[in-house]
Amino acid sequence: MARVVVDVMLKPEILDPQGQAVQRALPRLGFDGITDVRQGKRFELELEGPVDDAALARIREMAESFLANTVIEDFTVRVEESAEGTTAGAAS
Amino acid sequence: MTTRIGVVTFPGSLDDHDARRAVRLAGGEPVALWHRDRDLKQVDAVVLPGGFSYGDYLRCGAIARFSPVMESVVEQARGGMPVLGICNGFQVLCESHLLPGALTRNDHLHFICRDQRLKVENAGTAWTSDYTEGQEITVPLKNGEGGFVADERTLDELESEGRVVFRYLGSNPNGSRRDIAGITNAAGNVVGLMPHPEHAVEPLTGPTTDGLGFFTSVLKKLVQA
Repeated sequence: MARVVVDVMLKPEILDPQGQAVQRALPRLGFDGITDVRQGKRFELELEGPVDDAALARIREMAESFLANTVIEDFTVRVEESAEGTTAGAAS
Repeated sequence: MTTRIGVVTFPGSLDDHDARRAVRLAGGEPVALWHRDRDLKQVDAVVLPGGFSYGDYLRCGAIARFSPVMESVVEQARGGMPVLGICNGFQVLCESHLLPGALTRNDHLHFICRDQRLKVENAGTAWTSDYTEGQEITVPLKNGEGGFVADERTLDELESEGRVVFRYLGSNPNGSRRDIAGITNAAGNVVGLMPHPEHAVEPLTGPTTDGLGFFTSVLKKLVQA
């Protein structure tokens, strides 16, 4: 099964008070050196069929009209390979 | 014949009853509309009430925008039918692109609930003709995501075209750009604002009766039409 990931982030010029609240909490918890935090949303879409250009075009349309509000948010669309071992960064 | 004003109920709407009561107190006939129903029951105007439609999932108003009733509301609004969006209704209007901009989380992150002074800046819309330009009114304000944002060009356009209908007086409650509390579309039939006029329509329950003017304005306009 194919997975497509859509990441949605507030545009850089839009204030992110939630990210700021997280950032301000970090020093209290002993995590120093983080100068900025921006909080966003990640959508993992499982596709029935192949991830071809047509499917990606539909997903971009979906992201633009629904998953993101492009007045205040930017989005990126990427395909995630489903084979084992490709979830980079998941190792603990 | 009495003027029929529809009030939409979405799953999660809270202020639909108060909006219907406000319509009745102003002398109109309130008509309950259901989110899954495309039929607007031949109403002359529509109010999108406050609340948390669809749990505010994804973004406030984002899912409500795609409800069957909104297809009809958007179509009729483009044809000139008066539409008022209050709080969550304002968010739905922005998500539907009937109004520009978006509402974001309050800059201080707190849910705010207080009586709010507003300045009426446009008394020429379908919903504000019973006010005078520059008039001060006080109605309740209660939201967690009421910060109005738009790019600078859109804000300049709204100001130069007189489409800022209400501005906050006193301290800005939510970080809204240029203290904007409510706006209208170019035609003046669609108005959205974060504060709640429907909670200020009788002395027993409201801080004032300043909100009644929204509903008497639209009734007058519809009778004249």
